[in-house]
This record gives sequence, structure tokens and C-alpha cells, in this order.
Amino acid sequence: MSLRIYIPGDSGALALGAEKVAKAIRAEVERRGIDAEIVRNGSRGLYWLEPMVEVQTANGRVAYGPVKAGDVASLFDAGLAEGGQHRLSLGDPETIPFLAKQTRLTFARCGVTDPLSLADYEAHGGLKGLKAAVGMAPAEIVSTVTDSGLRGRGGAGFPTGIKWKTVLDTVDDRKYIVCNADEGDSATFADRMIMEGDPFVLIEGMAIAGIATGATKGFVYIRSEYPHAIRTMQRAVEIARRAGVLGVNVLGSPNAFDIEIRSGAGAYVCGEETSLLNSLEGKRGVVRAKPPLPAIKGLFGKPTVINNVISLASVPVILDKGAQHYKNFGMGRSRGTIPIQIAGNVKHGGLFEAAFGLTLGEIVDEIGGGTATGRPVKAVQVGGPLGAYFPRELFDTPFDYEAFAAKDGLIGHAGITVFDDSADMLKQARFAMEFCAIESCGKCTPCRIGSTRGVETLDKIVAGIQPEKNLALVTDLCNTMKFGSLCALGGFTPYPVMSAITHFPEDFAPRPVAVAAE
Amino acid sequence: MQAQSTGTAERTAAIIAEHKGLEGPLLPILHGIQEEFGFVPNESLPVIAQALNISNAEVHGVVTFYHDYRREPAGRHVIKLCQAEACQSMGSDAVAARLKQLLGIGFHETAQDGSVTLEPVYCLGLCACAPAAMVDGQVIGRLDADALDEIVAEVRS
Repeated sequence: MSLRIYIPGDSGALALGAEKVAKAIRAEVERRGIDAEIVRNGSRGLYWLEPMVEVQTANGRVAYGPVKAGDVASLFDAGLAEGGQHRLSLGDPETIPFLAKQTRLTFARCGVTDPLSLADYEAHGGLKGLKAAVGMAPAEIVSTVTDSGLRGRGGAGFPTGIKWKTVLDTVDDRKYIVCNADEGDSATFADRMIMEGDPFVLIEGMAIAGIATGATKGFVYIRSEYPHAIRTMQRAVEIARRAGVLGVNVLGSPNAFDIEIRSGAGAYVCGEETSLLNSLEGKRGVVRAKPPLPAIKGLFGKPTVINNVISLASVPVILDKGAQHYKNFGMGRSRGTIPIQIAGNVKHGGLFEAAFGLTLGEIVDEIGGGTATGRPVKAVQVGGPLGAYFPRELFDTPFDYEAFAAKDGLIGHAGITVFDDSADMLKQARFAMEFCAIESCGKCTPCRIGSTRGVETLDKIVAGIQPEKNLALVTDLCNTMKFGSLCALGGFTPYPVMSAITHFPEDFAPRPVAVAAE
Repeated sequence: MQAQSTGTAERTAAIIAEHKGLEGPLLPILHGIQEEFGFVPNESLPVIAQALNISNAEVHGVVTFYHDYRREPAGRHVIKLCQAEACQSMGSDAVAARLKQLLGIGFHETAQDGSVTLEPVYCLGLCACAPAAMVDGQVIGRLDADALDEIVAEVRS
């Protein structure tokens, strides 16, 4: 048997030099005349250890990281093929505490398998969910998803099964499954990781959704900032088609389902579902008023399931292991697991899939290990650019949809950005307004005009012009945007702004004006 | 060269023909045009409008809505520097200031010699290896002074 060496092809690993490492390993393998197979796996999500190289030994996988191209020769000298000791040795990757403490249901294969090997996918439990689904009645699949308690992982947290039921119950000649892979929120990369690291799980989830609702065509709308994910998904769809996982007879059943990969064009607002549908139709990505719900009149006016990547990628394990198995994880009305993405100024950044219920403090301090700069944590933004800034005083908040809402925040797509004490919260509040102004689709006035006025008013506070009056004005403006905007862009921009004002008032107080030296 | 002797309209028509069978073909067509020309030329718009049976204004509206579509050619190299929150927390403001100084251009600008265009981008999904950038499609994480010097040397060469 040849030696199997895993070098992640995940774009996060590539950004840290994985391609140079791969090149060096190929050269070294050739130079030493070793019979080796190099697999470009996804990332396991331990980004401070990327590029993390693994080898398959007789005693299981052994990891090394972070590996630089210059380390390669010494790794082979140390007996890499047998898992030999080296200063970069990490041992069995599954025993690294960051991984060992996780509950990987959706990300079970990510970083483990060859993303584009369907055989590898099946050998690690893939396609079991779809195989179960083809033998079930559509209503039965829908009720399994409903019973699992799965809620939309894109941010809104709407029960996935209920959405599917509406589409199933709506009669029409065509229906669509649309996967929202427009993962634009800063601090989030779970969608990217799964598309690059385990694309078949998304394809399987979409096929199950198609069978459950009577849809025969699926679209994956991937943001253009993710060229690697687009390429991997395109190749995976072709492989799935050739293997009969997609096509006129899904896994030999009478169900037809096919998928087309589409690229976005750099508009953040297209992550909003109705705007995404307009974009897919070839229009400006302007938000649509609801009702009608996309489940009744969605893409091209047809009933459409529109779900986030992680929602769809969580479906196969639910169909495979049952609703109860999934539901047993979590707390309250937040069931199952959530891939938490720990990012920004943090020591151990990466993806941590766990049952709902960890506290914010556990995530930031224990799992994330505090800041990368070693300075105290000042604030963490949870849920991307539209999520609230949490101070240390709220670190006892459990990771749960309702618990975060109760603290005037949101989980969103479960991205967490850590900031150290050098952060200026007035600047962050201003950026939230500025970002909204840049990305507003322009359809509704509170978002289009409010964001620009918000930037201007916060600039006045920065300049020390009537700070109290202008702070009251920003608060009033946030109220208008929150309740008067058509979608979450204008409606949620007040979360980062107001949380910054509420929890960090000292940053909004008049600043001593620097006196120029004479 | 064949490509140069063929007019914009003909090349546009060929791209349209390639994608017209798709459901909602406008974005794929525009992506194709940008790939072919490096930007979306004005001359392409009426050709698309006619082929898809929509108005010139509708095509113009779509082209101008999306940040990706360029109305003029970019530099030979394109640097997209992430300016979103996770990168901010790791000093992307300072990185941007340094890069602007080294290149002598600001965001949304192209160097006079046409060597490089600098653009802000709001998230590359590399938030656990911030600050991040994309240079001609290649991703780079944990940008530091050395990495910036390397990027500048590369785009200037």
C-alpha cells in the first residue's frame, strides 16, 4: 500500500502556504523515491495549525503543523511515513483538544476525506441519508426534518421542516431548491469549508430536499469571493451526475434532481433570500417584499425551498441517524449542533461544531484561548456585520437563538469576531453604518438613507459636535431602521451600532482634543 | 490575432449564445463578458438587451448594481484587500494604509502605469487567518509587512 499524505486544499490553508508545502512534499517524495498518494483534503478547521499535514500510518492518522515548505525535508528525515516524532508533531489529530471536544455531525468528514472522491464519501457514511430518503414518502422526509428541530443556519433560525412543508403542499408544475451560499458575513466560513471540504454532503442534502418537496432542479448560489468553493462544487456536481447521485433517476429511484452552480457578483445583500432569487433570475439584487413567501412564489414565481448551506448539509445525517439523534443535542428550542466560527483577534481561530448551549465565555476564552495579540478581550461581535457587540459582562450568555435574542443580539450564521482592548467601538459602530450604506440595495428608505445619515451623525460625534444630541439622534435613527427596513440589512445594522453604544459608552464620550505642540 | 480582429459585438454575441439556454442567463453572460474583455464594455449592453428581449436600461441597471462588474479595464494585477470586521480586529486598517502608500494609489484606483488595481473586499472567508487579501485570485492570510513588500514587488515586476 502506498503512503497517503493529506495536505489541505482548503482556501484558508492555501492562504497560509499549503500550495508551497504540497509542492515541497511532491518534490521530496520524488527525490526519495517514495510511493505516495497525495490527497488534497478539506480543512479540519484548526487554522492556527494550518497548513496541517497528515499521514495515514498503521496506527491511524498522524498530524503535523503548522508546516512550512522549509520544514518538509526534516519531516521526512524524522520518519513522516511512520508518524515519526518532529517538533511539529501533533499526534492523532482527533485527540487535539480543540477537535476532541467537538460534536461533529455536519462536519464529520470535513478535513478527513478526499473532497472529490465519492468512494471516500460513502466509506465515511455518505449517501446513507439519501438512500433512506428515496425509500420514504415526501411527507415522511419533511416530518423527519421538522422533528429534528433543525432551524435555518443562515441566521434567521426558521424551522427548516416547516419551510419544506409549505413547498411540498404548494401545487405547481415546477419547484426549486436554492442553496444560499452567499456567505458574506465577516467571521463566517463554515459554508466555504463544507463546499471545499465535503461538497457531496451539500449535494446529498439538496437531493433529499428535492425528493421531499417535489423539486427537480437545484441552484447553489455561491459568492464570487469564493472561487475555490465554486470550482470544487462544480467538479463535485459533475462527479455526482456521472455516478447517478444526480440526474433523472437519483440513486436509481424514479426521482429526478439536478444541480447548477451559479456565481454571485459581489453584492452582500444577495445573501438575503429574496434578493438572491432576483439575482438568480438575472435582475438587480433588490429585496422583494414578503408575502408572497419564496416557499409559495419564489424563483421564477415557483415554489422554492431556499436554505443556507449548513441547513442543507445537516439534513443527510438527520435522515441517516434519525430526527431524535439530532434533536438530542442542544438546548431549549435550539436543537442539534452548530458550527461556531471563531475568528478575528483570537489565538485558536477556527471552526468548532458543538451542540447549542456553550457560553460565549467558554467559546472565546477556553476554546479560542483569548486574543492572538495576548491583550485583554474587549468585545466580541457575534453573527457577522449585522450582529451585536458583546462585552465581557455578557460572556455567560449561552449559545442559543433565544438566549442571544434576550440580550439584544443574534447568533446569525454563528461567526464570532474577537477584538482586543485596542478596539474603538465608535469606529466599529460607524463602520456598521458605512457597510450598510455601501451594500444597501436601495429599495427601502430607512436602509438606503438611514445608513448614510448614520455615518454622518457618528462622524459628528467623532468630531465632538453636540455629542449628546447626536447620540440621541443615532438611537432614534436605529429605531427607525430596525422597525422600518424591508430586510435584515437595514433592520439589523442597529444591532452592532446600539450594542456598541449601550455596552461601551466610554468610547462615545467626548474625547480630549489633541493640542498641537507649539 | 483573431480576438482583436473580431468586434466587441460579435464576441459578445458568442458569449450570449453559450449561456442563453440557462434559466436566468444574465449574470452568467455578464461574468463571461468580463472574463473575455476584462470589463463589461458599453458596446456589449445593447447586444445583450436585444438577445434577452429586455431594455438597455435593465441591462445597465444590473451591470451597475453588482460590485464585480467593471466598467473599465483593471490593472494587470488586482489586489483585493479585506476590510471587514475580522480583518479589522487584526489591524487591516493599518495594512490598507501601508499598501496604499507603497502603491501610491487608493481603493478603487489603478496605478498610472496600469500595473495594479487596489480594491477593498468585504470578507474572503479567511477570518481565522486575518488580515487577508486576494491577489489575482490567489489567497493570502496573516498579512504582515513582509507579505505586503512581497505583493508590491510582484505586482511591480
